Amino acid sequence: MKARIFVTLKGGVLDPQGRAIHHALEGLGFGGVNDVRAGKLIELDLADGTSDADIDAMCKKLLANTVIENYRIEKGN
Amino acid sequence: MKSAVIVFPGSNCDRDLAVAFEKVSGRKPEMIWHRETDLPDDIDLIGVPGGFSYGDYLRSGAMAARSPVMQAVAKAAERGAFVLGICNGFQVLTETGLLPGALLRNAGGHFVCRDVALTVENSQTAFTSRYEAGEAITFPVAHHDGNYFADDATLDKLEGEGRVALRYAESVNGSARQIAGILNDAGNVLGMMPHPERVIEPAHGSIDGRRLFEGLVESFLAKA
Repeated sequence: MKARIFVTLKGGVLDPQGRAIHHALEGLGFGGVNDVRAGKLIELDLADGTSDADIDAMCKKLLANTVIENYRIEKGN
Repeated sequence: MKSAVIVFPGSNCDRDLAVAFEKVSGRKPEMIWHRETDLPDDIDLIGVPGGFSYGDYLRSGAMAARSPVMQAVAKAAERGAFVLGICNGFQVLTETGLLPGALLRNAGGHFVCRDVALTVENSQTAFTSRYEAGEAITFPVAHHDGNYFADDATLDKLEGEGRVALRYAESVNGSARQIAGILNDAGNVLGMMPHPERVIEPAHGSIDGRRLFEGLVESFLAKA
């Protein structure tokens, strides 16, 4: 079983990486980009039957720092 | 005073910190590897050094915070041992939950490596008793993720309780309210981005940092 964890900075938390990407896109001549936020994708290959509660605990205890980040879990193959 | 310095893979300020502890306390600290699950019961001061523990993987300090030794550090802090986290050590302490908030990427996006002017906000702490309140001092910084973040309620609480020990005199990395160093509520854990251990000898160009370590020794003697 695979789970994909998307970790993103909370709204209002400054994202200098996103800002630099935004700036670079503009430098390449792409107009119309209003904002860029960068995040992380963490793919987990899990034993079948791993509970949702366990995946959630992994996010809370390590994968995301919930002081500054949100996470979203997507299960599938 | 018995001290210890925690060593993670990727720590690089551990030896400087050990020298500072030894010069001021007169005793060599124990160097404790990250896989240790116990610390000696009689350790009075623990240093969590700067560097790039675990290559800063995932988030600065995140992996180190979950290493076995940090549970022992948390226990020692609980019983009142002094804990000093510098630079990456500060990041480790916030990730461990021993200090509130988080250290974000510097607002300017750049690694900042230079001397910075600081103001001692609270001189009534175990770490800053040898400074005057409002005193201007200069410590070097060298970090990419030093932008202190916490919600407004936490920042208000830190300020209201005198737990902001040090502030930058000017914006260095985008830190909320120019915070450079904070204490836990019991006052025995300090996390700071600037490096006092790099300014303890005249040969370093300044001895502004030495009084922080001297203050700790005094605080320990006063407590004992």
